[in-house]
Amino acid sequence: MKIKQLSVFLENKPGQLSHPCRVLADAGINIVTLSLADTQQFGILRVIVRQWQEGLDALKAAGCVVNVTDVVAVEVPDRPGGLATILEAIEKAGMNLEYMYAFTIRSGDKAVLVFRFEDPDAAIHRLQTAGIDVVDGVELYKRTD
Amino acid sequence: MSDFVIENRIWSPEETLPRDRLEALQLERLREAVRRASQVPFYREAFARTGITPESMRSLDDVRRLPMTTKNDMREHYPLGLLAVGRDKLARIHGSSGTTGKPTFVAYTADDLRLWADLCARFLVAGGLQPGHLVHIAFGYGLFTGGFGLHYGVERVGAAVLPASAGNTPRQIMLLKDLQADALVCTPSYALNIAEVMRGEGEDPRTLNLKVAHFGGEPWTEDMRREIESELGLLAFNNYGLSEVIGPGVSGECAARSGMHFQEDHFLVECLDPATLEPVPDGTQGELVITALTKQAMPVIRYRTRDIASLDRSPCPCGRTGVRMSRVVGRTDDLLIVRGANVFPSQIEEALLRVDGTAPHYLIEVDRPGHLDEVTVHVEMRPQFFSDRMSQIQALHDRIAKAIHAVAGIRVNVNLVDPQTLERSAGKARRVIDHRRDKGLI
Repeated sequence: MKIKQLSVFLENKPGQLSHPCRVLADAGINIVTLSLADTQQFGILRVIVRQWQEGLDALKAAGCVVNVTDVVAVEVPDRPGGLATILEAIEKAGMNLEYMYAFTIRSGDKAVLVFRFEDPDAAIHRLQTAGIDVVDGVELYKRTD
Repeated sequence: MSDFVIENRIWSPEETLPRDRLEALQLERLREAVRRASQVPFYREAFARTGITPESMRSLDDVRRLPMTTKNDMREHYPLGLLAVGRDKLARIHGSSGTTGKPTFVAYTADDLRLWADLCARFLVAGGLQPGHLVHIAFGYGLFTGGFGLHYGVERVGAAVLPASAGNTPRQIMLLKDLQADALVCTPSYALNIAEVMRGEGEDPRTLNLKVAHFGGEPWTEDMRREIESELGLLAFNNYGLSEVIGPGVSGECAARSGMHFQEDHFLVECLDPATLEPVPDGTQGELVITALTKQAMPVIRYRTRDIASLDRSPCPCGRTGVRMSRVVGRTDDLLIVRGANVFPSQIEEALLRVDGTAPHYLIEVDRPGHLDEVTVHVEMRPQFFSDRMSQIQALHDRIAKAIHAVAGIRVNVNLVDPQTLERSAGKARRVIDHRRDKGLI
Protein backbone atom coordinates (compact mmCIF):
# COMPACT_ATOMS: atom_id res chain seq x y z
CA MET A 1 0.00 0.00 0.00
CA LYS A 2 2.99 2.26 0.40
CA ILE A 3 4.16 4.60 -2.33
CA LYS A 4 7.77 5.50 -3.02
CA GLN A 5 8.71 9.14 -2.76
CA LEU A 6 12.04 10.49 -3.96
CA SER A 7 13.51 13.24 -1.75
CA VAL A 8 16.18 15.48 -3.23
CA PHE A 9 18.48 17.84 -1.35
CA LEU A 10 18.55 21.37 -2.74
CA GLU A 11 21.25 23.89 -2.01
CA ASN A 12 20.16 27.40 -1.29
CA LYS A 13 21.08 28.98 -4.59
CA PRO A 14 19.36 29.92 -7.84
CA GLY A 15 18.61 27.18 -10.36
CA GLN A 16 18.61 24.39 -7.80
CA LEU A 17 15.06 23.28 -8.43
CA SER A 18 15.30 23.04 -12.19
CA HIS A 19 18.26 20.65 -12.13
CA PRO A 20 16.56 17.54 -10.70
CA CYS A 21 13.42 18.29 -12.74
CA ARG A 22 15.53 18.37 -15.91
CA VAL A 23 17.26 15.13 -14.94
CA LEU A 24 13.89 13.39 -14.54
CA ALA A 25 12.64 14.90 -17.78
CA ASP A 26 15.69 13.70 -19.71
CA ALA A 27 15.12 10.23 -18.29
CA GLY A 28 11.56 10.36 -19.67
CA ILE A 29 10.05 10.28 -16.19
CA ASN A 30 6.84 12.16 -15.47
CA ILE A 31 6.35 13.79 -12.10
CA VAL A 32 2.98 12.76 -10.71
CA THR A 33 3.12 15.27 -7.89
CA LEU A 34 5.68 17.14 -5.85
CA SER A 35 6.18 19.26 -2.80
CA LEU A 36 8.93 21.69 -1.93
CA ALA A 37 10.08 22.37 1.60
CA ASP A 38 12.62 25.07 2.19
CA THR A 39 14.36 27.13 4.81
CA GLN A 40 16.70 30.03 4.28
CA GLN A 41 19.61 27.62 4.24
CA PHE A 42 18.46 24.64 2.18
CA GLY A 43 15.49 22.92 0.61
CA ILE A 44 14.06 19.46 0.07
CA LEU A 45 12.21 18.53 -3.09
CA ARG A 46 9.84 15.59 -2.67
CA VAL A 47 8.54 13.99 -5.82
CA ILE A 48 6.28 11.06 -6.64
CA VAL A 49 7.11 9.35 -9.91
CA ARG A 50 5.87 6.07 -11.24
CA GLN A 51 9.29 4.74 -12.26
CA TRP A 52 10.89 5.62 -8.96
CA GLN A 53 13.85 3.26 -9.35
CA GLU A 54 14.82 4.75 -12.70
CA GLY A 55 14.28 8.21 -11.26
CA LEU A 56 16.50 7.40 -8.28
CA ASP A 57 19.27 6.08 -10.51
CA ALA A 58 19.09 9.08 -12.84
CA LEU A 59 19.21 11.59 -9.98
CA LYS A 60 22.10 9.82 -8.29
CA ALA A 61 24.00 9.64 -11.55
CA ALA A 62 23.47 13.39 -11.94
CA GLY A 63 25.14 13.98 -8.57
CA CYS A 64 21.99 14.73 -6.57
CA VAL A 65 21.70 13.77 -2.92
CA VAL A 66 18.51 11.72 -3.03
CA ASN A 67 16.80 9.07 -0.95
CA VAL A 68 13.65 6.99 -1.09
CA THR A 69 10.91 7.33 1.47
CA ASP A 70 7.68 5.34 1.93
CA VAL A 71 4.64 7.54 1.97
CA VAL A 72 0.92 6.79 2.13
CA ALA A 73 -1.69 8.05 -0.35
CA VAL A 74 -5.07 8.66 1.15
CA GLU A 75 -8.41 9.50 -0.48
CA VAL A 76 -10.09 12.48 1.06
CA PRO A 77 -13.68 13.55 0.37
CA ASP A 78 -13.49 16.78 -1.64
CA ARG A 79 -15.82 18.84 0.54
CA PRO A 80 -15.55 21.09 3.60
CA GLY A 81 -14.29 19.10 6.56
CA GLY A 82 -12.99 16.22 4.46
CA LEU A 83 -9.38 16.69 5.49
CA ALA A 84 -10.17 17.74 9.07
CA THR A 85 -11.97 14.45 9.70
CA ILE A 86 -9.04 12.43 8.51
CA LEU A 87 -6.50 14.47 10.46
CA GLU A 88 -8.60 14.03 13.61
CA ALA A 89 -8.60 10.29 13.06
CA ILE A 90 -4.81 10.34 12.66
CA GLU A 91 -4.44 12.39 15.82
CA LYS A 92 -6.78 10.12 17.75
CA ALA A 93 -4.74 7.09 16.73
CA GLY A 94 -1.63 8.80 18.12
CA MET A 95 0.18 8.64 14.79
CA ASN A 96 3.00 11.05 14.12
CA LEU A 97 2.43 12.90 10.83
CA GLU A 98 5.67 14.34 9.50
CA TYR A 99 4.26 16.26 6.53
CA MET A 100 1.64 16.02 3.81
CA TYR A 101 0.85 17.37 0.37
CA ALA A 102 -1.75 16.86 -2.35
CA PHE A 103 -1.89 15.00 -5.62
CA THR A 104 -3.02 16.89 -8.68
CA ILE A 105 -5.21 13.94 -9.61
CA ARG A 106 -8.66 13.32 -8.27
CA SER A 107 -10.56 10.14 -7.78
CA GLY A 108 -14.19 10.85 -8.57
CA ASP A 109 -15.39 13.23 -5.89
CA LYS A 110 -12.31 12.57 -3.80
CA ALA A 111 -8.94 14.30 -3.61
CA VAL A 112 -5.80 12.29 -3.03
CA LEU A 113 -3.25 13.37 -0.40
CA VAL A 114 0.26 12.13 0.38
CA PHE A 115 1.02 11.54 4.06
CA ARG A 116 4.46 10.95 5.51
CA PHE A 117 4.17 8.99 8.77
CA GLU A 118 6.97 7.96 11.03
CA ASP A 119 5.76 4.36 10.76
CA PRO A 120 3.90 3.98 7.45
CA ASP A 121 2.89 0.32 7.99
CA ALA A 122 1.26 0.99 11.32
CA ALA A 123 -0.37 4.09 9.85
CA ILE A 124 -1.90 2.17 6.94
CA HIS A 125 -3.32 -0.39 9.31
CA ARG A 126 -4.87 2.22 11.56
CA LEU A 127 -6.22 4.30 8.69
CA GLN A 128 -7.93 1.28 7.21
CA THR A 129 -9.29 0.32 10.60
CA ALA A 130 -10.72 3.82 10.87
CA GLY A 131 -12.44 3.32 7.51
CA ILE A 132 -10.20 5.71 5.59
CA ASP A 133 -9.33 4.74 2.01
CA VAL A 134 -5.65 4.18 1.36
CA VAL A 135 -4.77 4.09 -2.31
CA ASP A 136 -2.04 1.76 -3.44
CA GLY A 137 0.50 2.62 -6.10
CA VAL A 138 -0.95 0.48 -8.87
CA GLU A 139 -4.36 1.98 -8.43
CA LEU A 140 -2.96 5.46 -8.12
CA TYR A 141 -0.84 5.36 -11.23
CA LYS A 142 -3.73 3.86 -13.20
CA ARG A 143 -5.53 7.11 -12.64
CA THR A 144 -2.65 9.08 -14.04
CA ASP A 145 -2.68 7.19 -17.34
CA MET B 1 62.68 2.78 16.77
CA SER B 2 66.47 2.54 16.72
CA ASP B 3 68.47 0.99 19.54
CA PHE B 4 71.00 3.75 18.95
CA VAL B 5 71.48 5.68 22.19
CA ILE B 6 71.83 9.43 22.04
CA GLU B 7 74.57 10.85 24.16
CA ASN B 8 73.82 14.26 25.57
CA ARG B 9 76.60 16.13 23.81
CA ILE B 10 76.62 19.90 23.76
CA TRP B 11 78.39 21.64 20.90
CA SER B 12 78.74 25.21 22.21
CA PRO B 13 79.10 26.31 25.82
CA GLU B 14 76.69 29.19 25.05
CA GLU B 15 73.88 26.61 24.82
CA THR B 16 73.96 26.14 28.59
CA LEU B 17 74.56 29.72 29.73
CA PRO B 18 72.64 30.53 32.90
CA ARG B 19 69.61 32.65 32.02
CA ASP B 20 70.91 35.86 33.58
CA ARG B 21 74.16 35.67 31.65
CA LEU B 22 72.36 34.66 28.49
CA GLU B 23 70.03 37.62 28.78
CA ALA B 24 72.88 40.02 29.45
CA LEU B 25 74.56 38.71 26.30
CA GLN B 26 71.31 39.11 24.36
CA LEU B 27 70.93 42.72 25.44
CA GLU B 28 74.50 43.54 24.48
CA ARG B 29 73.96 41.87 21.10
CA LEU B 30 70.57 43.55 20.62
CA ARG B 31 72.29 46.94 20.77
CA GLU B 32 74.81 45.70 18.22
CA ALA B 33 72.00 44.44 16.04
CA VAL B 34 70.31 47.85 16.14
CA ARG B 35 73.61 49.49 15.28
CA ARG B 36 74.14 47.17 12.31
CA ALA B 37 70.54 47.53 11.15
CA SER B 38 71.03 51.31 11.11
CA GLN B 39 73.24 50.73 8.07
CA VAL B 40 70.11 49.69 6.16
CA PRO B 41 68.01 52.66 4.93
CA PHE B 42 64.78 50.78 5.62
CA TYR B 43 65.65 50.32 9.29
CA ARG B 44 67.48 53.65 9.65
CA GLU B 45 64.35 55.53 8.61
CA ALA B 46 62.09 53.43 10.83
CA PHE B 47 64.42 53.91 13.83
CA ALA B 48 64.57 57.66 13.22
CA ARG B 49 60.77 57.92 13.27
CA THR B 50 60.57 56.56 16.81
CA GLY B 51 63.91 57.72 18.17
CA ILE B 52 65.51 54.28 18.36
CA THR B 53 69.23 54.18 19.01
CA PRO B 54 71.40 51.27 20.16
CA GLU B 55 71.63 52.92 23.59
CA SER B 56 67.85 53.19 23.83
CA MET B 57 67.73 49.41 24.23
CA ARG B 58 67.93 49.34 28.02
CA SER B 59 66.35 45.98 28.62
CA LEU B 60 65.30 43.06 26.44
CA ASP B 61 61.71 44.29 26.72
CA ASP B 62 62.76 47.28 24.66
CA VAL B 63 62.78 44.99 21.64
CA ARG B 64 59.06 45.68 21.57
CA ARG B 65 59.75 49.27 20.63
CA LEU B 66 61.50 48.16 17.46
CA PRO B 67 59.64 48.10 14.14
CA MET B 68 58.61 44.76 12.71
CA THR B 69 59.81 43.30 9.45
CA THR B 70 57.45 41.37 7.19
CA LYS B 71 57.87 39.18 4.16
CA ASN B 72 56.37 42.04 2.20
CA ASP B 73 59.12 44.41 3.37
CA MET B 74 61.60 41.91 1.95
CA ARG B 75 59.72 41.76 -1.34
CA GLU B 76 59.64 45.54 -1.55
CA HIS B 77 63.42 45.66 -1.23
CA TYR B 78 64.00 43.07 -3.91
CA PRO B 79 66.59 41.95 -4.70
CA LEU B 80 69.14 43.05 -2.07
CA GLY B 81 67.85 46.33 -0.65
CA LEU B 82 68.22 45.23 2.97
CA LEU B 83 71.98 44.67 2.93
CA ALA B 84 73.95 46.20 5.80
CA VAL B 85 77.31 45.55 4.12
CA GLY B 86 78.74 46.24 0.67
CA ARG B 87 78.18 43.59 -1.96
CA ASP B 88 81.91 42.92 -1.98
CA LYS B 89 81.55 41.55 1.56
CA LEU B 90 79.06 38.85 0.56
CA ALA B 91 80.00 35.19 0.62
CA ARG B 92 76.70 33.59 -0.40
CA ILE B 93 73.17 34.43 -1.52
CA HIS B 94 70.19 32.16 -0.94
CA GLY B 95 66.56 32.66 -1.74
CA SER B 96 63.23 31.52 -0.50
CA SER B 97 60.80 30.19 -3.02
CA GLY B 98 58.15 32.72 -3.80
CA THR B 99 54.85 30.90 -4.21
CA THR B 100 53.83 34.02 -6.10
CA GLY B 101 56.40 35.44 -8.47
CA LYS B 102 59.97 36.26 -7.51
CA PRO B 103 61.93 34.75 -4.63
CA THR B 104 63.16 36.86 -1.76
CA PHE B 105 66.94 36.83 -1.43
CA VAL B 106 68.97 36.55 1.73
CA ALA B 107 72.68 37.18 1.89
CA TYR B 108 75.55 36.01 4.08
CA THR B 109 79.03 37.26 4.88
CA ALA B 110 81.76 34.72 5.54
CA ASP B 111 81.15 35.22 9.27
CA ASP B 112 77.43 34.63 8.77
CA LEU B 113 78.21 31.34 7.04
CA ARG B 114 80.50 30.27 9.86
CA LEU B 115 77.79 31.11 12.40
CA TRP B 116 75.18 29.26 10.37
CA ALA B 117 77.31 26.10 10.15
CA ASP B 118 77.84 26.30 13.88
CA LEU B 119 74.12 26.65 14.61
CA CYS B 120 73.40 23.59 12.47
CA ALA B 121 76.20 21.69 14.18
CA ARG B 122 74.51 22.42 17.53
CA PHE B 123 71.24 20.72 16.70
CA LEU B 124 72.90 17.93 14.72
CA VAL B 125 75.03 17.02 17.73
CA ALA B 126 72.05 17.43 20.08
CA GLY B 127 70.32 14.90 17.86
CA GLY B 128 73.06 12.28 17.99
CA LEU B 129 75.34 13.10 15.08
CA GLN B 130 78.92 12.08 15.72
CA PRO B 131 82.23 12.60 13.90
CA GLY B 132 82.67 9.58 11.66
CA HIS B 133 79.01 9.35 10.70
CA LEU B 134 77.95 9.60 7.06
CA VAL B 135 75.01 11.93 6.51
CA HIS B 136 72.80 11.48 3.47
CA ILE B 137 71.38 14.90 2.58
CA ALA B 138 68.31 14.61 0.40
CA PHE B 139 67.37 18.29 0.59
CA GLY B 140 67.61 20.21 -2.64
CA TYR B 141 70.91 22.01 -3.16
CA GLY B 142 70.17 25.40 -4.58
CA LEU B 143 68.68 28.69 -3.50
CA PHE B 144 66.82 26.81 -0.74
CA THR B 145 68.74 27.09 2.54
CA GLY B 146 68.08 23.49 3.65
CA GLY B 147 70.70 21.66 1.59
CA PHE B 148 73.69 23.95 2.04
CA GLY B 149 72.80 24.84 5.64
CA LEU B 150 72.84 21.22 6.79
CA HIS B 151 75.79 20.40 4.54
CA TYR B 152 78.17 22.80 6.27
CA GLY B 153 76.72 21.92 9.68
CA VAL B 154 77.57 18.25 9.13
CA GLU B 155 81.07 19.14 8.00
CA ARG B 156 81.49 21.33 11.06
CA VAL B 157 80.64 18.39 13.32
CA GLY B 158 83.35 16.37 11.61
CA ALA B 159 80.99 13.92 9.97
CA ALA B 160 80.94 13.11 6.26
CA VAL B 161 78.36 14.42 3.80
CA LEU B 162 76.73 12.60 0.95
CA PRO B 163 75.12 15.47 -1.00
CA ALA B 164 72.48 13.31 -2.66
CA SER B 165 70.18 16.31 -3.19
CA ALA B 166 66.47 15.85 -3.85
CA GLY B 167 64.54 13.55 -6.13
CA ASN B 168 64.99 10.19 -7.88
CA THR B 169 63.95 7.99 -4.99
CA PRO B 170 65.26 4.68 -6.42
CA ARG B 171 68.70 6.27 -6.70
CA GLN B 172 68.41 7.64 -3.15
CA ILE B 173 67.62 4.13 -1.91
CA MET B 174 70.57 2.68 -3.81
CA LEU B 175 72.88 5.26 -2.20
CA LEU B 176 71.45 4.63 1.26
CA LYS B 177 71.96 0.87 0.87
CA ASP B 178 75.37 0.94 -0.77
CA LEU B 179 77.02 3.70 1.24
CA GLN B 180 75.39 2.77 4.57
CA ALA B 181 74.65 6.34 5.69
CA ASP B 182 74.18 6.72 9.45
CA ALA B 183 71.96 9.78 9.28
CA LEU B 184 69.32 11.12 6.92
CA VAL B 185 68.45 14.75 6.26
CA CYS B 186 65.30 15.52 4.28
CA THR B 187 61.67 16.49 4.77
CA PRO B 188 59.70 14.05 6.95
CA SER B 189 57.30 13.27 4.15
CA TYR B 190 60.21 12.35 1.88
CA ALA B 191 61.48 9.90 4.51
CA LEU B 192 58.08 8.21 4.44
CA ASN B 193 58.25 8.16 0.68
CA ILE B 194 61.62 6.38 0.79
CA ALA B 195 60.17 3.79 3.18
CA GLU B 196 57.11 3.32 1.02
CA VAL B 197 59.11 2.84 -2.18
CA MET B 198 61.35 0.29 -0.45
CA ARG B 199 58.32 -1.61 0.85
CA GLY B 200 56.88 -1.55 -2.65
CA GLU B 201 60.05 -3.23 -3.90
CA GLY B 202 59.71 -5.87 -1.19
CA GLU B 203 62.57 -4.43 0.83
CA ASP B 204 62.62 -3.70 4.56
CA PRO B 205 63.58 -0.04 5.20
CA ARG B 206 64.79 -1.08 8.64
CA THR B 207 67.68 -2.92 7.03
CA LEU B 208 69.24 0.45 6.17
CA ASN B 209 72.04 1.60 8.45
CA LEU B 210 70.23 4.81 9.46
CA LYS B 211 70.42 5.68 13.16
CA VAL B 212 69.09 9.21 13.22
CA ALA B 213 67.27 11.61 10.94
CA HIS B 214 67.05 15.38 11.08
CA PHE B 215 63.86 16.68 9.56
CA GLY B 216 62.79 20.14 8.60
CA GLY B 217 61.31 22.15 5.78
CA GLU B 218 57.67 21.35 6.48
CA PRO B 219 55.30 20.94 9.42
CA TRP B 220 54.87 17.39 10.71
CA THR B 221 53.28 15.64 13.66
CA GLU B 222 54.14 13.24 16.48
CA ASP B 223 52.15 10.56 14.64
CA MET B 224 54.43 11.01 11.65
CA ARG B 225 57.46 10.77 13.91
CA ARG B 226 56.26 7.44 15.32
CA GLU B 227 55.53 6.11 11.85
CA ILE B 228 58.90 7.19 10.42
CA GLU B 229 60.79 5.81 13.39
CA SER B 230 59.12 2.42 13.24
CA GLU B 231 59.31 2.22 9.44
CA LEU B 232 62.96 3.19 9.12
CA GLY B 233 64.26 2.06 12.51
CA LEU B 234 65.82 5.37 13.51
CA LEU B 235 65.42 8.31 15.87
CA ALA B 236 63.87 11.34 14.20
CA PHE B 237 64.67 14.91 15.28
CA ASN B 238 62.92 18.12 14.44
CA ASN B 239 64.64 21.38 13.65
CA TYR B 240 63.37 24.78 12.68
CA GLY B 241 64.58 27.73 10.73
CA LEU B 242 63.67 30.06 7.92
CA SER B 243 65.80 31.68 5.30
CA GLU B 244 64.76 35.22 6.24
CA VAL B 245 66.27 34.70 9.67
CA ILE B 246 69.27 32.55 8.61
CA GLY B 247 67.96 29.13 7.49
CA PRO B 248 67.91 25.89 9.49
CA GLY B 249 69.58 26.21 12.87
CA VAL B 250 67.29 28.72 14.54
CA SER B 251 66.09 25.99 16.89
CA GLY B 252 66.36 22.23 17.21
CA GLU B 253 65.51 19.27 19.41
CA CYS B 254 67.77 17.68 21.99
CA ALA B 255 67.64 14.05 23.12
CA ALA B 256 64.68 14.91 25.38
CA ARG B 257 62.67 15.70 22.26
CA SER B 258 60.19 17.89 24.04
CA GLY B 259 60.44 21.07 22.03
CA MET B 260 63.15 22.73 19.98
CA HIS B 261 65.74 24.79 21.85
CA PHE B 262 66.03 28.27 20.45
CA GLN B 263 69.63 29.36 19.84
CA GLU B 264 68.91 32.35 22.01
CA ASP B 265 72.43 33.72 22.05
CA HIS B 266 71.89 34.53 18.36
CA PHE B 267 68.12 34.97 18.08
CA LEU B 268 65.71 36.89 20.25
CA VAL B 269 62.29 35.29 20.02
CA GLU B 270 58.90 36.72 20.88
CA CYS B 271 55.60 34.86 20.76
CA LEU B 272 52.82 37.32 19.97
CA ASP B 273 49.11 37.30 19.42
CA PRO B 274 49.02 37.87 15.65
CA ALA B 275 45.96 40.08 15.96
CA THR B 276 47.02 42.39 18.77
CA LEU B 277 50.80 41.85 18.52
CA GLU B 278 50.83 41.61 22.32
CA PRO B 279 52.90 38.82 23.90
CA VAL B 280 51.02 35.63 24.76
CA PRO B 281 51.77 33.68 27.96
CA ASP B 282 54.16 30.73 27.72
CA GLY B 283 52.38 27.63 26.51
CA THR B 284 49.91 29.66 24.47
CA GLN B 285 50.09 29.58 20.70
CA GLY B 286 51.17 32.74 18.99
CA GLU B 287 53.20 34.01 16.08
CA LEU B 288 56.95 33.73 16.43
CA VAL B 289 58.70 37.03 15.86
CA ILE B 290 62.48 36.73 15.62
CA THR B 291 65.31 39.22 15.80
CA ALA B 292 68.68 38.02 14.53
CA LEU B 293 71.19 39.33 17.04
CA THR B 294 74.45 38.64 15.26
CA LYS B 295 73.81 38.35 11.54
CA GLN B 296 75.90 40.79 9.53
CA ALA B 297 74.98 40.87 5.85
CA MET B 298 71.24 41.14 6.32
CA PRO B 299 70.20 42.11 9.82
CA VAL B 300 66.61 41.26 10.52
CA ILE B 301 64.68 43.00 13.26
CA ARG B 302 61.49 41.45 14.64
CA TYR B 303 60.78 39.31 11.60
CA ARG B 304 57.18 38.16 11.56
CA THR B 305 57.64 34.48 10.72
CA ARG B 306 53.89 33.85 10.30
CA ASP B 307 54.62 30.54 12.05
CA ILE B 308 52.33 29.68 14.94
CA ALA B 309 53.90 27.84 17.88
CA SER B 310 54.18 28.13 21.66
CA LEU B 311 57.16 28.62 23.96
CA ASP B 312 58.20 26.60 26.99
CA ARG B 313 60.67 28.12 29.47
CA SER B 314 60.71 25.22 31.92
CA PRO B 315 64.16 23.70 32.52
CA CYS B 316 65.21 20.88 30.19
CA PRO B 317 67.04 17.80 31.49
CA CYS B 318 69.64 18.18 28.73
CA GLY B 319 71.04 21.29 30.43
CA ARG B 320 70.46 23.65 27.52
CA THR B 321 68.96 26.89 28.73
CA GLY B 322 67.46 28.10 25.45
CA VAL B 323 63.68 28.44 25.51
CA ARG B 324 61.95 25.58 23.69
CA MET B 325 59.41 26.10 20.93
CA SER B 326 56.68 23.66 20.07
CA ARG B 327 56.16 22.27 16.62
CA VAL B 328 54.83 24.81 14.17
CA VAL B 329 51.10 24.20 14.33
CA GLY B 330 49.96 26.62 11.66
CA ARG B 331 50.59 29.76 9.68
CA THR B 332 49.16 33.17 10.37
CA ASP B 333 48.39 33.37 6.65
CA ASP B 334 45.57 30.97 7.46
CA LEU B 335 44.44 32.93 10.47
CA LEU B 336 41.09 34.66 10.28
CA ILE B 337 40.23 37.42 12.69
CA VAL B 338 36.48 37.40 13.04
CA ARG B 339 34.80 39.91 15.31
CA GLY B 340 38.07 40.10 17.22
CA ALA B 341 38.44 36.35 17.68
CA ASN B 342 41.31 34.39 16.14
CA VAL B 343 40.10 31.47 14.07
CA PHE B 344 42.16 28.96 12.14
CA PRO B 345 40.55 27.05 9.28
CA SER B 346 41.99 23.95 10.92
CA GLN B 347 39.63 24.55 13.86
CA ILE B 348 36.67 24.48 11.51
CA GLU B 349 37.99 21.24 10.08
CA GLU B 350 38.41 19.78 13.55
CA ALA B 351 34.82 20.73 14.40
CA LEU B 352 33.48 19.11 11.25
CA LEU B 353 35.40 15.93 12.03
CA ARG B 354 33.58 15.78 15.36
CA VAL B 355 30.22 15.88 13.64
CA ASP B 356 30.74 13.40 10.85
CA GLY B 357 33.62 11.21 11.81
CA THR B 358 35.35 11.58 8.48
CA ALA B 359 37.38 14.32 6.83
CA PRO B 360 34.81 16.59 5.28
CA HIS B 361 35.24 19.21 2.64
CA TYR B 362 34.46 22.79 3.46
CA LEU B 363 34.85 26.39 2.38
CA ILE B 364 34.89 29.35 4.76
CA GLU B 365 33.47 32.60 3.49
CA VAL B 366 33.95 35.77 5.51
CA ASP B 367 32.21 39.05 4.84
CA ARG B 368 31.31 42.26 6.62
CA PRO B 369 27.95 43.28 5.22
CA GLY B 370 27.39 46.00 7.82
CA HIS B 371 29.57 46.62 10.84
CA LEU B 372 29.95 43.03 11.92
CA ASP B 373 31.90 40.17 10.41
CA GLU B 374 29.85 37.26 9.18
CA VAL B 375 31.19 33.81 8.56
CA THR B 376 29.53 31.22 6.39
CA VAL B 377 30.92 27.71 6.38
CA HIS B 378 29.93 25.74 3.31
CA VAL B 379 29.84 22.03 4.08
CA GLU B 380 29.15 19.23 1.68
CA MET B 381 25.97 17.25 2.40
CA ARG B 382 26.82 13.58 2.65
CA PRO B 383 24.20 11.25 1.11
CA GLN B 384 24.09 9.04 4.21
CA PHE B 385 23.10 12.03 6.34
CA PHE B 386 20.33 13.18 4.05
CA SER B 387 16.73 12.74 5.08
CA ASP B 388 13.42 13.74 3.57
CA ARG B 389 12.58 15.34 6.91
CA MET B 390 13.30 18.99 7.43
CA SER B 391 13.84 18.48 11.15
CA GLN B 392 16.66 15.99 10.63
CA ILE B 393 18.60 18.20 8.25
CA GLN B 394 17.99 21.17 10.48
CA ALA B 395 19.39 19.11 13.35
CA LEU B 396 22.50 18.21 11.32
CA HIS B 397 22.85 21.85 10.42
CA ASP B 398 22.62 22.86 14.08
CA ARG B 399 25.07 20.16 15.17
CA ILE B 400 27.65 21.54 12.74
CA ALA B 401 27.10 25.12 13.90
CA LYS B 402 27.36 24.04 17.55
CA ALA B 403 30.53 22.04 16.99
CA ILE B 404 32.16 25.00 15.26
CA HIS B 405 31.13 27.27 18.11
CA ALA B 406 32.54 24.80 20.63
CA VAL B 407 35.92 24.45 18.87
CA ALA B 408 36.48 27.86 17.32
CA GLY B 409 34.42 30.01 19.67
CA ILE B 410 32.53 31.81 16.94
CA ARG B 411 29.00 31.62 15.61
CA VAL B 412 28.82 30.89 11.93
CA ASN B 413 26.18 30.37 9.29
CA VAL B 414 26.29 26.84 7.98
CA ASN B 415 25.43 26.28 4.36
CA LEU B 416 24.96 22.70 3.24
CA VAL B 417 25.94 22.14 -0.38
CA ASP B 418 25.86 19.24 -2.81
CA PRO B 419 28.59 16.60 -2.51
CA GLN B 420 31.65 16.85 -4.74
CA THR B 421 31.11 20.55 -5.35
CA LEU B 422 33.79 22.04 -3.09
CA GLU B 423 37.44 22.09 -4.08
CA ARG B 424 39.41 19.08 -2.86
CA SER B 425 42.24 19.42 -0.39
CA ALA B 426 44.92 17.85 -2.59
CA GLY B 427 47.57 20.51 -2.94
CA LYS B 428 46.56 23.96 -1.85
CA ALA B 429 42.79 23.92 -1.85
CA ARG B 430 41.28 27.32 -1.35
CA ARG B 431 39.61 26.99 2.04
CA VAL B 432 38.88 30.62 2.72
CA ILE B 433 37.27 33.39 0.73
CA ASP B 434 37.56 36.66 2.58
CA HIS B 435 35.38 39.31 0.96
CA ARG B 436 36.60 41.83 3.52
CA ARG B 437 39.96 41.74 1.79
CA ASP B 438 38.41 42.35 -1.65
CA LYS B 439 36.50 45.29 -0.18
CA GLY B 440 39.64 46.70 1.41
CA LEU B 441 38.17 46.35 4.92
CA ILE B 442 41.15 44.41 6.28
